[in-house]
Amino acid sequence: MHRLFDLTGKNAVVTGGSRGLGKEIALGLAEAGANVAIISRVECPEVVYELEQFGGKAVSIAFDIGNLEMHKELLSIIEEKLGKIDILVNNAGVQKRHLAVEFPQEDWHYVMNVNANAVFSLCQVFGKPMLERGRGKIINVASLLSFQGGFTVPAYAASKGAVMQFTKSLANEWASKGVNVNCVAPGYMATDMNEALINDKVRSRQIMDRIPAGRWGTGEDMQGAVIFLASSASDYVHGFTIAIDGGWLGR
Amino acid sequence: MSFQLDYFSLKGKTALVTGARTGIGQAISVGLAAAGAHLILVGHQDNMHETQEQIVKVQGTSETFLMDLGDVDGLGAKLQPILEKYQIDILVNNAGVIYREPAAAHNMQEWNRVLDVNINSVFTLCQTIGNQMLANGAGKIINIASLLSFQGGINVPSYTASKHAIAGLTKALANEWASGGVQVNAIAPGYISTNNTEALRNDEQRNKSILERIPAGRWGQADDLAGTAVFLASRASDYVSGHVLVVDGGWMGR
Repeated sequence: MHRLFDLTGKNAVVTGGSRGLGKEIALGLAEAGANVAIISRVECPEVVYELEQFGGKAVSIAFDIGNLEMHKELLSIIEEKLGKIDILVNNAGVQKRHLAVEFPQEDWHYVMNVNANAVFSLCQVFGKPMLERGRGKIINVASLLSFQGGFTVPAYAASKGAVMQFTKSLANEWASKGVNVNCVAPGYMATDMNEALINDKVRSRQIMDRIPAGRWGTGEDMQGAVIFLASSASDYVHGFTIAIDGGWLGR
Repeated sequence: MSFQLDYFSLKGKTALVTGARTGIGQAISVGLAAAGAHLILVGHQDNMHETQEQIVKVQGTSETFLMDLGDVDGLGAKLQPILEKYQIDILVNNAGVIYREPAAAHNMQEWNRVLDVNINSVFTLCQTIGNQMLANGAGKIINIASLLSFQGGINVPSYTASKHAIAGLTKALANEWASGGVQVNAIAPGYISTNNTEALRNDEQRNKSILERIPAGRWGQADDLAGTAVFLASRASDYVSGHVLVVDGGWMGR
């Protein structure tokens, strides 16, 4: 690999790294040479085993990122197991679907808390030691719904819009201190979260008709962009959102 | 083959870069060569030696073709010898010119020249080489956009119009060609320290106000774009289409 993309010896954290896009992202980082900690609600030794096959260290930590007051403790636990963190990927996210007119307050707060509040807090907590060391890479997983409104998912759209915006805010403050904060915005990906869409024949066809690439994305499609943003190849990229959407946003 | 060798590797690929003599075009050419691509360097003056030497230093190979991208009508014919000799896998439309004059007085002849080089010739290059890529079922096109693909700039209306057109063309081609295996994307460089921006850097007041607005606190270097170009030229970006990737030290978010 081009030396610019090499992550050998770097320590990375991926929230929601046990399945779906997060797992593929974790595997990509491991394959590029990084040691990886995955965070998920339950421990996943089998994913650790997969990650270890690339030769680096891997750990799995059971933690609910919606538990904001414990984020500092989470950092200590990870630093103890892996060392100082070079790369943070805020991938974990949740979804609730209701018509806007009857969207329950409880679900709204749940989605906003995990997708936006927890991500901001993790950026703060993990960003601080990065700022002290004068380097670090933070990659937040945004969404097409950082740009668009979606349908029956107003909380998700609001939370992903927030992620893209505060990514710019953090970049404005942290770029000159050697910490890159950016986003990746996945398009329509064939993952668990979209199973309902994929199984809905009408929606599935409507979506497919609008993707210039003519196919749903896969977790593997995320790896290149995440490795790029985690590596020195992107040192002058700050506050930006890379769409990995098969062309959707331009259609 | 291991992932590390494979994912961002351009081994066995042929890349054509316009405006490869200096600055951003040179850095991208050397970056692609370092990743393993054979380079076709396109320029309009016979002075490509600096780029050629840098490519040799990274153990790369290159061939140079001279043509004037301002001559849009003659361009298709001039590309034929290249297409007969090579299957182009990667096209980087980097060559560009800028003309400064307030909009109210902006010279029409200059307007036409800027649009010819910056957008009309780019469309011809995309069309001609894109056809070969589509027939091959694979290809990567990277157009060099600008911050002025998003913003208006000042005293450079022709440049701004041409760079907005680049962003639009990139998306238009992606919509038609993504399903044919050809990814069309753009890179929008921020304020990069090259010959083109020397006047700005020498103007103390402008330099200060620009630097104050760049979150990264520094001008970009042409080398800062090499990694992005390799990413968009490699299979690491196979699901990225019609995207304008901004490399600006954070400028657009400020």
